[in-house]
Amino acid sequence: MIWNEPKECMSRDEMHHLQSARFKSVINRVYHNVPFYRKKMQQIGIEPTDIQTIEDIVSLPFTTKQDLRDNYPFGLFASPKSEVVRFHASSGTTGKPTVVGYTRKDIEIFSEVVARALACAGATKEDTVQVAFGYGLFTGGLGLHYGAEKLGAAVVPISGGNTSKQLQLLQDFGSTVLASTPSYAAHLSESMTESGIDASKLPLRIGIFGAEPWTPALRKKIEESLEITAFDIYGLSEIIGPGVAVSCKAQDGLHIAEDHFFPEIVSPETLQPLDVGKTGELVFTTLTKEAMPLLRYRTRDLSSLNDSPCQCGRSNIRMAKIYGRSDDMLIIRGVNVFPSQVESALLEIPEAKPHYQLIVDRQGTMDTLEVQVEIDDKCFSDELVQLSQINKKIKHHIESILGISVILKLVEHKTIQRSEGKARRVIDRRV
Amino acid sequence: MIIQQLSVFIQNESGRLVNVTEILYDAEINISALSIAETEEYGILRMIVSDTEKAAEALRANSYKVRITDVICMITPDVPGALNKCLKSLATEGINVSYMYGYSNGGKARLIMKTSDPERAAEILFPPIN
Repeated sequence: MIWNEPKECMSRDEMHHLQSARFKSVINRVYHNVPFYRKKMQQIGIEPTDIQTIEDIVSLPFTTKQDLRDNYPFGLFASPKSEVVRFHASSGTTGKPTVVGYTRKDIEIFSEVVARALACAGATKEDTVQVAFGYGLFTGGLGLHYGAEKLGAAVVPISGGNTSKQLQLLQDFGSTVLASTPSYAAHLSESMTESGIDASKLPLRIGIFGAEPWTPALRKKIEESLEITAFDIYGLSEIIGPGVAVSCKAQDGLHIAEDHFFPEIVSPETLQPLDVGKTGELVFTTLTKEAMPLLRYRTRDLSSLNDSPCQCGRSNIRMAKIYGRSDDMLIIRGVNVFPSQVESALLEIPEAKPHYQLIVDRQGTMDTLEVQVEIDDKCFSDELVQLSQINKKIKHHIESILGISVILKLVEHKTIQRSEGKARRVIDRRV
Repeated sequence: MIIQQLSVFIQNESGRLVNVTEILYDAEINISALSIAETEEYGILRMIVSDTEKAAEALRANSYKVRITDVICMITPDVPGALNKCLKSLATEGINVSYMYGYSNGGKARLIMKTSDPERAAEILFPPIN
């Protein structure tokens, strides 16, 4: 089902007009309400009247996470506090948290785009949605919650963690949709096997997974083990939260709710806009946000855009599945390494499981990359010779994909921390 | 005779063996033979225990990866050449011994060996008495 056909299927021309009109009004809003943006625009000599169409966006400055931190907590708000009805914030593990605010209309749009995403995945008001994203300052839990309610589905607001309760409610409530991080879905499926629960007997049919990068191979693995169809939901709190984009049944990219969030792809090095189809850093401008509109926000996520028609019938532009973050990229001995490459490599080896951790270190002047992989039933042998053969097989496969040598370390089952939020895959001891 | 051996994957770190033996103690499992094959990072702990299934279950419940394997258990006289004689008879038949461990006490030697073909090895080592 297409939740909002007029907006999700409009022609490229109509979309262009709508985006241009909304862009002009958001420029007015930030110019008159956010000193940070007014100053930036004045510095480069741009007045709101200079902005005529969405193409004029290229003349505007970027916004970064650092700008949000510098203006902590409410410096970038464009609405008076009396209009704000909710706050969310990032975890702030790498500095001050970044705070975002929502007016009542912002929450309505947030719910609308999540409802679109759920409908795009095939959910209807008949469904029961188990929201296993964390509730709280993180946008995942409440975002999915409001969107599922807007759709008319029944919400199980269990939040993240508490795996045995998750399994119990999946069975007892007969949840048909699971919303969580992909690594937590993988963990749930593993726990299901351990508790002897037969996934095929559960009514669960749809998975909405996001908040961390994951590979098509992991999607396939989760789909097979949980016997569901899995969809990728993308979002970030700075822009609104989950629902900025979602994959459809064609599984060929994620449709962006571009009537609300205007996407660009730029080169992470030069910041020059790149053509449709080219890979670079994803940048969003909010077109309708009231409380905290952002211009050209650099997501650090790497993707590409595709504006060709989609077989699902939606005309909204698609972004490719995120294949990494420009700031997650590790440079080891001069080679670019993404944690997702290791995950893909592991999923291609039947003996390995995708539970891994990367430890980057420096010995003398030499960078080392240690890949810790958990031992699995399929690869554990009582003979050292066989274990070392499996060790070598995994090592060679990872090395052939990364192009650098790695230290492969088999570790005991369940010694790598399972994430109930975002998985921490990399420990960089060089910094 | 052919008996069952329990193998456990453990990291080569202090305290890991304590943890395994603690779990077996709690499950009231007695260990009658044991050997460790180790690498720099991990080890394989191989044991003959009083109740293999129960021990495996207790370890699995604590997230250990375990494997149950058929091995040969034999008793030889504790004299020079006894082991050599057994191994020769296996080698003649092309049976490979992957690993073995044992001890001698009171005039007898007890040996555990993992072979490429446990059933054939048992036939060779313990011929039926006619």
